[in-house]
Amino acid sequence: MLYFTRWKALGIVATALIVCLLAVPNFFPTETVKNWPVWAQRHLVLGLDLQGGSHILLEVDTNDVRKQRLDAVLDDVRRTLRDAKVGYSGLVKRNDGVEVRIRENFDFGQALSKLRDLSQPLGGVLAGGGQRTLEVTGDSGSRLVRLTVTEPARIERVRQVVEQAIPIIEKRINALGLVEPTIQRQGIDRILVQVPGLGDPQRLLDLLKNTAKLEFRLVDVSMTAQDAVASRPPADSEVLYENHGGQKTPVLVQKQVLVSGDELTDAQAGFDQRTSEPIVSFKFNSAGARKFAQVTQENVGRPFAIILDSGGEGGPEVISAPVIREPILGGSGQISGNFTVETANNLAILLRSGALPAKLTPVEQRVVGAGLGQDSIDKGKLASYAGGALVVLFMFATYGLFGLFANLAVAINVAMIFGILSLLNATLTLPGIAGIVLTVGIAVDSNVLIYERIREEVRHGRSAIAAIDAGFSRALATILDSNITTFIAAAVLFFIGTGPVRGFAVTLGIGIITTLFTAFTLTRLIVATWVRWVRPKTVPI
Amino acid sequence: MRLLRIVPDETKFDFMRFRRISFPISAMLSVLAVFLYFYHGLNFGIDFVGGTLIEVQAKSGHADLATMRTTLGGLGLGDVQLQQFGGEADVLIRVAQQPGGEQAQQAAVEKVRQALGDAVEYRRIEVVGPRVSGELLSMGTVGLFVAIGAILIYLWFRFEWQFALGAMVANIHDIVLTIGFMSVTQIDFDLTSIAALLTILGYSLNDTVVIYDRIREMLRRYKKLPMTDLLNVSINSTLSRSIITHVTVSLSLLALLLFGGRAIHSFTATMMFGVVLVGTYTSVFIASPILIYLGVGIGRAEAADTVEARAEART
Repeated sequence: MLYFTRWKALGIVATALIVCLLAVPNFFPTETVKNWPVWAQRHLVLGLDLQGGSHILLEVDTNDVRKQRLDAVLDDVRRTLRDAKVGYSGLVKRNDGVEVRIRENFDFGQALSKLRDLSQPLGGVLAGGGQRTLEVTGDSGSRLVRLTVTEPARIERVRQVVEQAIPIIEKRINALGLVEPTIQRQGIDRILVQVPGLGDPQRLLDLLKNTAKLEFRLVDVSMTAQDAVASRPPADSEVLYENHGGQKTPVLVQKQVLVSGDELTDAQAGFDQRTSEPIVSFKFNSAGARKFAQVTQENVGRPFAIILDSGGEGGPEVISAPVIREPILGGSGQISGNFTVETANNLAILLRSGALPAKLTPVEQRVVGAGLGQDSIDKGKLASYAGGALVVLFMFATYGLFGLFANLAVAINVAMIFGILSLLNATLTLPGIAGIVLTVGIAVDSNVLIYERIREEVRHGRSAIAAIDAGFSRALATILDSNITTFIAAAVLFFIGTGPVRGFAVTLGIGIITTLFTAFTLTRLIVATWVRWVRPKTVPI
Repeated sequence: MRLLRIVPDETKFDFMRFRRISFPISAMLSVLAVFLYFYHGLNFGIDFVGGTLIEVQAKSGHADLATMRTTLGGLGLGDVQLQQFGGEADVLIRVAQQPGGEQAQQAAVEKVRQALGDAVEYRRIEVVGPRVSGELLSMGTVGLFVAIGAILIYLWFRFEWQFALGAMVANIHDIVLTIGFMSVTQIDFDLTSIAALLTILGYSLNDTVVIYDRIREMLRRYKKLPMTDLLNVSINSTLSRSIITHVTVSLSLLALLLFGGRAIHSFTATMMFGVVLVGTYTSVFIASPILIYLGVGIGRAEAADTVEARAEART
């Protein structure tokens, strides 16, 4: 137990040294470290609870996705039947599907087979498995055809929505000038957004949950908006509201969308040259520009509405409804609608980054201000120093020289934890600091186990060297057993935990590994070296 | 230099006699804890019941709790709790889960922000919706059971099944008493509490395993020693280690408790109770004596040869 070959000793010291050195980049400012070789740049990342920032979990609104899907199926059915010149009645959405009644008996067979063609194999040809997007059933007696969106198709759609939303969210956050955001999918229908150090969390949240669907539609002038509210709007028009500083005025707009925000290539906030009001100027792509030119040419003198659906509870909102004075041929224009500088900026960001494919709902939000984060770091440091000092003193008082050995081993242990955390680019959270402090307890325990065993062996009358040898060999088995149980607890915490709890599990788990390493090699090596030099007759503990 | 000896070298304390006292006491306390859990309840944090938590710091350096309470009470947000948190200027605001799903929670934050305005700095805002909180709770509970199960399987492989069972009883005893403690003190029960419970589990087992290791060693070495004496010797010879280790762990925890700040206060307080008070007690007074009832070493003297043979086969 106390004999090490030179190579083995060298290997142990080298391992400990290298792992400790991995922690070095943490002690230099980020600017300095950036000039180092890439392999030397790995460092700890402070968790959001320590450096301040926002943690937002967004969930795709599956109801919205379903509604969109059913709308699309409804359109498909209408088009298919119209193209096939089949008469129908009662085309409605019902539960998870669409129902339509074919008018004539002799059309039923043809209609059913045409509608069956709407159902696609899911996930293209490669997916196989025979799953399809729609389940189409027909009842020849009542001539009712029912198209149901299948569960796998629904899940697949939600998955796609998440995939499409992530780059859009990324663009929006980048537009705010925030550094190093983390955006990742969680489960099927969730997106986790983590943004360190943010001035205005509310603005971030507003930008994230805004679907930002922009539409240009014509205003319906066949009746006044007030009349439409009082009676009923025409079939292909609807009443939306325009917000004038808290006051809502109704606008009757056509349902048909002339040009949508998808066709924008750019949007910038600026000021109107005449009124110096904040505005948002935009540019269409060529297809959008062509459409916009055609529409404005045909409707000079009529008002059109610029409509934004933010995904809020109020539904789509009319931003402004100006009159078309002359055809707009250049494919660019500007929106003015009671903006403040900030709302104009926000809208420009939203339009530039594109519309979200579906509504996103924040289901969890945790924001920590930078002040609190710094406080936590200071307190964590203070607690660590105080705890460390107390333990060091106590160990020295209990075991004297061997206590110093133990303290040396524990110090190296902690340095190694930081080294490994840096290597993993791990995130250090406040519970993570607690985990390190507790590791100090565990690390000390391994030494206590060894030393107590040595004391016992001495009492049983063994010679100094024999006692030390037996103490190590007996205690190490116990150390292994007891640490593995704690490690299991840490592993479970890691897999079930989120955020801060995970940070705790990581440091605790790594701490156990380094503790085992130091107990089995380093502490033994230190004591063995001391034994070789001093050749003790008695054990000083 | 004279070294500190907390436990005298030749301690011969009759721990086993205490099982006639410790078992009934533990049973009573466990029943009491379960009773407390059901009739007094835990102070579930927003992680598990959803809702909003806002930590503010008054810019003037002194927060007027009474005024804030009236302001926020008039918002129609249902149950709003205010609590001094750390310094004079720091206030923790808890808003109960709002009816009306995820959007309504956001609206509540907005209302509070508007009501308090610029007089305070927002240090922390946490909003947990109803669905996430439900998931977190079930995940935490599952995690606890998975951990217990995994540790038991490990112990079953390393020791005899009686040891695993004894450890499990001790485990459940620890968890139950700690939950009782959390109920009495009404400490926030949140995600970090689950972390605390799991750590307590790990530590308590750590302790139990150290003593079990010794018992196993003694069982192999002293085949004629009566079981009670054997357990007593095992506990006594590891007692010094148990106490020294717990002093060091308590020193670490004490530092965290005193200087670690409010954010981890409930975590460290729970750990202090679970690790230092319950964990140590359990391994000495419950986990070890229970081995007698579980039949460890029964018929050892008669079947000494077989045990010896097995022990040899193992080494």
